[in-house]
Parts: sequence; structure tokens; C-alpha cells
Amino acid sequence: MQLVRSEDQELLAKTAADFVAENSPVSRFRQLRDSGDPVGFSRSLWKQMAELGWVGIPFPEEHGGADMGLAELACVLEELGRTLAPEPFLSTVLLAGEALRRGGSDAQKQRWLSAIAEGDAIGTVAVQEAGKRWDPLQAETRAERDGDGFRLRGEKIQVLDAPVADFLIVPATADEGLTLFLVESGAEGLSVTPQVRVDHRNVALVHLDGVRVTADAVVGRIGAGGPLLEEVLDVATAGLCAEMLGSMTQAFELTLEYLKTREQFDAPIGSFQALKHRAAEMFIEIELARSVVLAAVRALDSGDSEARALVSLAKARCSEAAVLVGNEGVQMFGGVGMTDEYDIGFYMKRARVAQLSFGDAGWHRRRWAELRGY
Amino acid sequence: MANLETFRAETRTWLEANCPAALVGRGDSALEGVWGGRKWVWSDPDRKAWFERMVERGWTAPGWPEEYGGGGLEPAEAKILAQEMRGLRIPQPLIGFGLTMIGPTLLQFGTEEQKKEHLTRICRGEIRWCQGYSEPGAGSDLASLQMKAERDGDEFIVNGTKVWTSYADQCDWIFALTRTDSGGKKQDGITFLLIDMDDPGVKVSPILLISGSSPFCETHFSDVRVPVENVLGEIDGGWTVAKALLGHERGMVADAFGSAGGGGGRRKGLADLAKDYAGRDGERIADAVFRDRVARNEMDTRAFMLTVQRSKDAARAGHRPGPETSLFKVYATELNKRRYELMVELMGPQGLGWEGEGFDPTELAVTREWLRSRGNSIEGGTSEIQLNIIAKRVLGLPD
Repeated sequence: MQLVRSEDQELLAKTAADFVAENSPVSRFRQLRDSGDPVGFSRSLWKQMAELGWVGIPFPEEHGGADMGLAELACVLEELGRTLAPEPFLSTVLLAGEALRRGGSDAQKQRWLSAIAEGDAIGTVAVQEAGKRWDPLQAETRAERDGDGFRLRGEKIQVLDAPVADFLIVPATADEGLTLFLVESGAEGLSVTPQVRVDHRNVALVHLDGVRVTADAVVGRIGAGGPLLEEVLDVATAGLCAEMLGSMTQAFELTLEYLKTREQFDAPIGSFQALKHRAAEMFIEIELARSVVLAAVRALDSGDSEARALVSLAKARCSEAAVLVGNEGVQMFGGVGMTDEYDIGFYMKRARVAQLSFGDAGWHRRRWAELRGY
Repeated sequence: MANLETFRAETRTWLEANCPAALVGRGDSALEGVWGGRKWVWSDPDRKAWFERMVERGWTAPGWPEEYGGGGLEPAEAKILAQEMRGLRIPQPLIGFGLTMIGPTLLQFGTEEQKKEHLTRICRGEIRWCQGYSEPGAGSDLASLQMKAERDGDEFIVNGTKVWTSYADQCDWIFALTRTDSGGKKQDGITFLLIDMDDPGVKVSPILLISGSSPFCETHFSDVRVPVENVLGEIDGGWTVAKALLGHERGMVADAFGSAGGGGGRRKGLADLAKDYAGRDGERIADAVFRDRVARNEMDTRAFMLTVQRSKDAARAGHRPGPETSLFKVYATELNKRRYELMVELMGPQGLGWEGEGFDPTELAVTREWLRSRGNSIEGGTSEIQLNIIAKRVLGLPD
């Protein structure tokens, strides 16, 4: 495993950086938030990203993908994270797309993967349930047998991009165990109520009131949803870490620039040692985060037996580093850091959401300990 | 690539044929290192035989040119040799600051005569070197050093005191920073001298540390005469050489901590220590707080090692050293301190022994190492100095 980007990956990252600089400054995210846009991202920009081949990066060629790895996708996600671009990579590519790629039937893949790769379909996985911190393999949502199909009952919260999703993959507990079900939007008994979080990404409460699905809606095998979901969540978590790395890098650069230009006591505040050392500490945390994200995505791509532990390492470190950089950023900006007008607050809020998504640092340290046998 | 694989196979065969059987599988951590020098006394004939064979092969300094006694290996080959030695758990034939600090600096700044004379003797383990940087009045503010070197014909006359000279009582030569001009900026007017300690004007007194051991000394110089040809770099231009050497030193420190998986790497892992002392619940560490702290320390260690690997991979791919190298020293040493803190806390009352009854030898050793580890973030540039360097050089924050 080489912890360095290939020339092709560097080129892809450069293309993504140029695209983001031209099309997706933070002001675009601000405007989406201010206008209360019900989609929460730009459909036309998503289409352009699909045309650039980014949306289908991990999908097989027969389904319109590029058949590349998470290492490539991470190059794009990091750049998008820099300006908090809200396009639905996490929900549609890393969660729903990954679940179908790994566990979907031929018919499911045929129906959805190409449409996703072309930027025409949005999907998501409804993992989080109310009253739980993070326990993805235990679903209160039930799947009851109903003739040759199932009826799904339960509630999921903060489901990413659910208001605009064309389909949802719902983990529910059947008699045989955890099972993943593909539910199309508009299904009878399915209600989606938008929620607003501090990061203003598009999320919703999803209520399943006896939603009827047929047996061919099962993704993977009945009762075998746990291992599949865990694999999917590892990929999504590593992808989120790449996004977090981009966001924390940008937040840190904004803060550094402010430290160099803001003057108090007739000197740039960045000349004060109390702030210098804290800036250096942040730098260290970001550099370590960069190493562990590189390692995690490469381990997943190569099927390394350590991949799961490395994903936990990446998420634990990124969670703490992102929150540190966000908190310190607001503190170092001082009064203006508390105003909505400055972007630094966006980064702090997004860091908090990302920290608590897919398991926080403590959860991942626990998983690391379990994987290491203690 | 094919050549490298041939080299790997040949190297392994040679190592297996030449390393005394008693040393294979011992590894570095199970043995005290061979430091060499005029005062060195061999206690183990196998180590001596192994040392002599490696000297002959040039592999005490595999990457140095053959004309100076090294092995002349390419970086990729030297890496393979190191991997094969690690794989067979064969100890290094020779260690010391000659190989890790002054040697690389001589390669960078030395004259042909200096390289011929000193590198050759380092490779053969004939001379043991120590470092003369800090002074009683110059610690973190190293450039304020005052040890005088006055020109007298073809010689300098050296007067002053160096502190924290590691193992000076067992060394033969010292590389020292001296003040040759006090007129201008304090970084100017420093001269880097190579000094033979076999001079009646050199007096060495060991310093007793809080850990009870004395790895460091105070070294006094009175009217010590040093020939002008023993200046490394330019007269009054020693600060450049001094900084380059510090870079080698910090890299060495990071390698030492990073590759061993943190201090105490030779012993039981943290998790086993936690189970033994803080209780187990099946295979788990019973106490959730200790479990979290053990996991955190292991994960920090792994993140650091991956960062060292990233830096090496980038160098091999032809990139210049990235900003990440500046964090190695501060992170490795702070991590090592945290690890020892945790070990002592895990042992509870058994971690409090100084000597004598009621404590087993491992417990006593860990406690002493904990005390010693407190110096890691002070020696070789304090953590605060490292953070200053990052803030200035990497982040470009103003003075």
C-alpha cells in the first residue's frame, strides 16, 4: 500500500479543485441555505459532475461507471469538502450506490446504477433511528412477512437527501435478522418530513407505516443485511472522512489567513505565541488525518484485512481533528467568527454533524479495541 | 525491480550465512546496542564476530559510499537490507551518533579529507561521537551559546562548558558549536568544530537525572587546542551545519519512536498490561475508561507511523519532503510520554517503585523509563521550539 497519490489521482484532484473554484464557492452553499431550497443542492451541477464521470467512479463500466476505486472518489470528495458542496455523493454514491453495487440483484443494478451514474437518480440509505446514538446493526424498524413480500414499519431520522430521493434502502429487522429493502419514493405508507440540522444539508424523518414491498425489493439476502450494511458503512465512512479532510483543510487555511492579516496591539495576531502553537497543533492533527484517510481508502480498495480498523482510525481522528479546527477557527476569528456573515461558522457546524455521523470518535475507538481483541 | 528482487534474495542468503545463529531472532530490542569507540569492551564474542563481518561488508553504514567504508547501496537496496534484517530479527551491528548524526552531516558539508578520516573510523566503530550543542546558558535559545574558540595561528583555543552531552564519559570525539565572533547577529559567528576529547583540557562529569540514571554529562573545555582543518563548514558559518544536523537528529528520534511502535515496544503491549493490572472481562479490558485510553494511544501510534510511511512513500515517488516531516519530533516524543504515563497509571501502586522489595524488575524498569521519557520533549529541541518552527517555516506565521 503506497500512501501517495498516483499521477492520475493528482490530475483528478486538480480537475476537481478547478471545477469547485469555478462553480462551487461557499457562497453557493450559503445561497442554497438562505433560499430554503427544497432540493438542497444544484441538480444541474450534479448532472455536470456526472458528465465529468465523478458520480459513477466506483460503479462497473456495464452500469455506466468508471470502475475505479474509493481512492479516486476521495480525491473529488476532498475538494468538494473544501467549499462544503452539498451534492449528494454520500447518500447516492457511497450509501445507496455502494449497497446496490455490493448486494443488489441484476435487476436492481440495471434499474438504478446507470441512472445514478448519469446523474438522473438520487438514492439513500435510511440508517439512523430515534433514541439511538449509533447502533446501525440493530434496527427497531420491523419487516413483517406479508404473503410473498413484506410490510415495513418504523421510523428513521435524519435520512440524507430523503426529500429528493427516488429510492431509499431501508434496513429493517425480519424474523431471519437484519435485511435491507429497496423502497421507491411515493410508495404507499411512506412519508418523508424534511428536518433542519445545523449544517443545513437536506435530511428528513422517514416514517414507514406498513409500506408493502415484494420479495425482489430485498437488497442482498434476507437476514444477511448486517454484514452488507457494515461493508457499505465502512465505505461511506471513509468517503465522509475524505470530505472532512477537505473541509478541515480549508477551515484551517481560512483561519491562517486571518491570523496573518488581523491586527491587534499593532501586530498581526498570528505573531502571538499563544495562537502560533495552537495553529501548529491543528496543522499536526490535519497531517495525521491526511495519512489515515489515505490509508483507509487504499485498504478498502485493495480488500486489505485491516481495512475495517483503518476506517475506524480515520473516522476517530477526523472527527476530533475537524471539531478542533472548527472550534479553534471560530475562537481565532473572535467576534466576527460568531457572525453568520463569516464562513468559518459553517465549517464548525458541518464538523459537528460529520463528527456525530456514522459513529463518533469514542464509538470507533471501541470498535478498534474490539477488532484488536481487547 | 528484478534486480532488486535478486538483491533481496542474495542479501537474505548472506545474512543467514554470516550472522551468528545465537543472534538471529534476537532483534535490537532484546539487546543493548554496540556503540563502539576506543573505550568499548566486548562482552559477547558473537556480537563481535557479527560486527566484524558487517564492517568488512561495509554494512554498518550501508548507504554511505564505499570509499568511506560504507556499503555503497542505493536507497532502495538499503531499505531491502533493513527489511531483511528486521524480518530475521537480526540486531544492528553498530549504533551511535556517528552513524545517525555527524556522519550524514559530514557527507553533506565535509571536505574530502574530513570524510576520509572520520567516516571511515565511524563505519569501523573505532570512534564514538557525542554532541556538544547545549550550554548552561543556552538551551532552547541555542544560538546564544558562548563556548569560545579563539584563533591562534592554525589552531583554535576552546574554552567553555557544554551540557547534556550524551554519554560523553564513554566517547572519543565531540562535535561542538563554538562562538568565534560575538559582533553581529547571534546566529552568525558560530563555528562547528570536531574535537578529539583525548586532550587533558577536556573534563567530563556525569549528571544524575530524575530517573536515577546518568546518560548525560557536563563537559568542560579549558584551553583545548583544535586544528583549523577540524572546522566543518565555514568559519563563523556553523549555524547552517548545526541546523542540518538537527534535522538528522529529529529524523532519527522520530524513526526510533515510530518504528518501535512507541516506547516500551519491546515489552507487552498496552492492552495486555491493562488486562493484567486493571482487570479483564473475558478477552476485554474490563475498565471502559482504560480501554478507551489504550485504544487512543494505539491509534495515535498507528496514525503517526502511517504519516512516517506517507513521507517515505512520497520521497520515493520523487516528491520533495513535505511539511509533514516537521511534526515527527514533537509528535513522536509527546506520544511516547503519553504511552509511559498510561503504563504507569495502568500498573497502579506497582508503578510507583524506585527499587528494592515488592516490585518486579519489569515494573521498576517501566517506571524508570517513564521518568526518562519526560526528557524526550526537551532534548533535541523542545516541543515548544518544534511548534515555533512549524508556525514559522511551515505555516508562515509572522514573528
